[in-house]
Amino acid sequence: MNRIIEYMLPPQRSTTASDVDSLFTFINVSGFILFMGIMITILIFVIKYRRKSEDDVTPVITHNSILEVAWTVIPIILILIVFSWGFRGYLTLTSPPANAYEIHVSAASWLWQFQYEGGGSTMNEVYVPVDRPVKFIMSSEDVIHSLAIPDFRIKMDVLPNRYTTTWFQATETGESILYCTEYCGTGHSEMLATVHVLSAEDFEEWLETGLEVDEDMPLADVGEQTFTSAGCNACHSLDGTDRVGPSLLNLFGSDRELVDGSVVVADEDYIRRSLIDPQAEVTAGYPANMPSYSGRLNERQIDGLIAFIKELQD
Amino acid sequence: MANQSVATEKKSHLQHHFVDEDQQFESSKMGMWIFLVTEVLMFGGLFVAYIIYRAWHPDLFYEAAQELDVALGATNTVVLIASSLTIALAIRAVQLDKIKAAINYMAATILLAGTFMVIKYFEYMDKFGKGIYPGESYTYDGLEHEMAANFFSIYYMMTGLHGIHVVIGMVLIGWMIIKAKKGLVHSGYYTPVENTGLFWHLVDIIWIFLFPLLYLID
Amino acid sequence: MADSSQKTLRIREFPIDENPGHTYLNHEKGILSWLFTVDHKRIGLLYLGSVILFFFVGGMLALLLRTELLTPAQSIVDADTYNQIFTLHGAIMIFLFIIPSIPAALGNFFLPMMIGAKDVAFPRLNLASWWIYIFGALFALYSIITGAVDTGWTFYTPYSTQTGTSVVSMTLAVFILGFSSILTGLNFIVTLHKLRSPGLSWSKMPLFLWSLYATAVIQILATPILAITVLLLAMERILGIGIFDPSLGGDPVLFQHFFWFYSHPAVYIMIVPAFGIISELISTYSRKTIFGYWAIALSSLAIAFIGFLVWGHHMFVSGQSELSSVVFSFLTFFVGVPTGIKIFNWVATMYKGSIDLKTPMLYALAFLFLFTIGGLTGIMIGALSINVHLHDTYYIVAHFHYVMMGGTVIAMLGGLHHWWPKMTGKMYNEFWGRITCGVIFLSFNMTFLPQFIMGSQGMPRRYFNYVDQFQGLHQFSTIGSYLLGVGFVMMAVYLLWSLFKGPKAPSNPWKARSLEWMTSSPPTHHNFEYTPVILHGPYDHHKPMKEFRMGVAEESESPDVIEIDKDPA
Repeated sequence: MNRIIEYMLPPQRSTTASDVDSLFTFINVSGFILFMGIMITILIFVIKYRRKSEDDVTPVITHNSILEVAWTVIPIILILIVFSWGFRGYLTLTSPPANAYEIHVSAASWLWQFQYEGGGSTMNEVYVPVDRPVKFIMSSEDVIHSLAIPDFRIKMDVLPNRYTTTWFQATETGESILYCTEYCGTGHSEMLATVHVLSAEDFEEWLETGLEVDEDMPLADVGEQTFTSAGCNACHSLDGTDRVGPSLLNLFGSDRELVDGSVVVADEDYIRRSLIDPQAEVTAGYPANMPSYSGRLNERQIDGLIAFIKELQD
Repeated sequence: MANQSVATEKKSHLQHHFVDEDQQFESSKMGMWIFLVTEVLMFGGLFVAYIIYRAWHPDLFYEAAQELDVALGATNTVVLIASSLTIALAIRAVQLDKIKAAINYMAATILLAGTFMVIKYFEYMDKFGKGIYPGESYTYDGLEHEMAANFFSIYYMMTGLHGIHVVIGMVLIGWMIIKAKKGLVHSGYYTPVENTGLFWHLVDIIWIFLFPLLYLID
Repeated sequence: MADSSQKTLRIREFPIDENPGHTYLNHEKGILSWLFTVDHKRIGLLYLGSVILFFFVGGMLALLLRTELLTPAQSIVDADTYNQIFTLHGAIMIFLFIIPSIPAALGNFFLPMMIGAKDVAFPRLNLASWWIYIFGALFALYSIITGAVDTGWTFYTPYSTQTGTSVVSMTLAVFILGFSSILTGLNFIVTLHKLRSPGLSWSKMPLFLWSLYATAVIQILATPILAITVLLLAMERILGIGIFDPSLGGDPVLFQHFFWFYSHPAVYIMIVPAFGIISELISTYSRKTIFGYWAIALSSLAIAFIGFLVWGHHMFVSGQSELSSVVFSFLTFFVGVPTGIKIFNWVATMYKGSIDLKTPMLYALAFLFLFTIGGLTGIMIGALSINVHLHDTYYIVAHFHYVMMGGTVIAMLGGLHHWWPKMTGKMYNEFWGRITCGVIFLSFNMTFLPQFIMGSQGMPRRYFNYVDQFQGLHQFSTIGSYLLGVGFVMMAVYLLWSLFKGPKAPSNPWKARSLEWMTSSPPTHHNFEYTPVILHGPYDHHKPMKEFRMGVAEESESPDVIEIDKDPA
């Protein structure tokens, strides 16, 4: 039984996970017993009382008050247990400790951005310390998203124009996957992020250095890195196939026909404008739903992307 | 026995699957009442939206309501109440086989309903003239509140849906006049007139709620 | 009527014509006599044909989805198409198939017959409801042609106000379909109140009718809210009124409240009629009085009532207040109690019965198996802390398929086989019926059991691409769905075969006791050639069959006439 339950659930990597899993196990086990009880009874009845002849006479049993009361009261007791257990766990899940490390999460179609207390931000990657409560303060820039980390058993919708919060305390270092679980359009299933749980020291060190940009890295490499970390790959391919947005292959230097009919050349400046204010010049035939990267990417990353796109010629 | 003879000399409306006229009449009336329940619930959704937004922005509702013309709204209320009276009199007249009077009462009801719509038209036009349109087309700058357009969206939704019901009511009453002229309704069979009357009362009652909720906020 | 004022009623037995030359099927001829019929039986068949058509369409879309999910990345369609397909699958299955399925098809056919009436109270309104349904379906079709919809069947704002697809025509389709649903519910309530035959007190009403009554009440009370919600949504897109869209000053969570205020009760519109069918099947094929008649009847009404108070359990992580989540969770569990009561009563009915595993009974047993799983997993996701983990994952997908398909569709198939001889006058092949039931039962579990596991492991729903670890389970599920498709093809084949080549059905092949079996198969145009009088309950298998065929005797008849009190207290 334990092995089945373990197989069914993702690893427990937060302080709240084990309570949720215990309730999951409790309902599964008691539900299974109840289910088997009903099924075996049916099986026995079907075999024992199968029709012997067309003239079978059956007794008239209209009701039985004791039975009726029993199978009303016992389920009520069971559901009250389940309710209060789930309620208790929910209180924990919705009450972040006061000393929690706060990270501001901003969701947009289709990327996650995480801003840390000391300034600096990451995209589609979030670094958190182990054994310390972390609180996400979240809002969306467009439609409703939902932040879910199965390993931590947490999930909370991310709404436009208001803040929602969730929290967790990771119990081991490692990587966990973060999903968007509220349907948000074309790139919904690509709207993933990685949670990196670091030890306290590593986290401090990462805060010092990880947010800095490697000055020695070639620009095009910075661009390639940004291409995935900023979630560009959700909508733009590198091999010429159409996704939500145009492919980046052979983009640089080409003539872009815009929705208003005018034509512009895709030079450095155009790519820059498309990142900062994407809705201003939308290529004809594609939806105007790219989020603005103004403030999300630093100068070096933008330069990097331009250098990277320049190289994409076949 | 007298009733019996009236029923036989005028065409019987008993459909084959009913046992008698009473059962048919009771069924129709019950069906109409259930339909009215669904109508009330549909408007109920709008009222809930109204209550929620008013609870969130009480100041907005106070300010925006000043833009509405209480005198016109009150006139319309009187007009609709009068029309409820005339339709009730029309039903009474049909029950007493005074078909001519019934037709006149129903015509009066349509006239009153038309008056209501004309007044409503002038109200709408006055608002449109100021740039108070529903939703995104809203351009009026006489209200400070940033949510001003939302109040008028709710206003237009509620009065608009009500206005559609007034028009439907007018069509139904017109149809009843035709039925009455053809002699299809009489003391032995007045179900359609009665149901139309019920519908018209509902239209009236909804307005009686709309008027204070939208016009008289303080 | 002359005897209406008297306290006594003269009744006699009316034998059944086993070989009727004149039936509702040949009463009138020609396509127009079908399209403009006011006969509830023909309208029932029109609905049956329509919902089967849409079930086929929705099912094909489901197979496309499952095929796409064979691989973690793109397999056959692109992301946008995938999103449109799952939206259409949901919208078609819910609004065009499952809501009208049992009530409008089987209910229309059998409700008047079961109370001994010649028709529903408003036959023309009944026809209108079918036409409105078709009109709504055309609107939905129009929306598919003009760019489809990619919002999910839930139309959550602000995505639905911002997406470039044709949401307006789809919401109008839903608005129109809601009208059709209201008219059916209204018709049923009035019919049950006003048109019952002499002697058919509320306590003698078949449980299928109690369930249809509860369903009709929900339809009347909930559907108008859906109407105004989709109307507001359409206005939001057309005029930009800001009720729901935050960029216009609205509140997206308000939309969810409005939407689920209808759509949660709608879940009971879908499942409660299924409960009714199961009650009929289990009693008939166990040939035994139903256990706990009132418990089953009233639990339907209890579910209908509680069903209005639990909509917020779809929104535990939506940003609604924590207090509301707690209250909604608490109330949600109380839907489980009347549902459990029904299951226990059904099992108890089989005790000391004479159980015949005919195809409909096999479906009833499959229902008990699948629906119990659906119900127990409902307890799981009603628990707040677990819901946070399972919300919007495949666990939810599996749960509602176990309830809606394992529950409603399986019960409907049971009802279809149970009443097939009555509706068509033909018997289907029992052997193929049982085999197919087995195929459907096994492949259904193959399709949806793995989804519980995927969901527990965190696989989100509405995902076009997924992480590699889920591929094995997805492929297993896809193979199951193909087999499920095969099962339905098998059913189509033997049912069609029975229509043309099947043996003639007797009037009462299952020795059932409810009124619809007390007339010829197929029934005559007016259902009964006499006014039936009901002496016994619909499950009184211990009473002699002839006492179930009583009708009002003419004045002139003298032999075999019994006099009874007209209104026994």
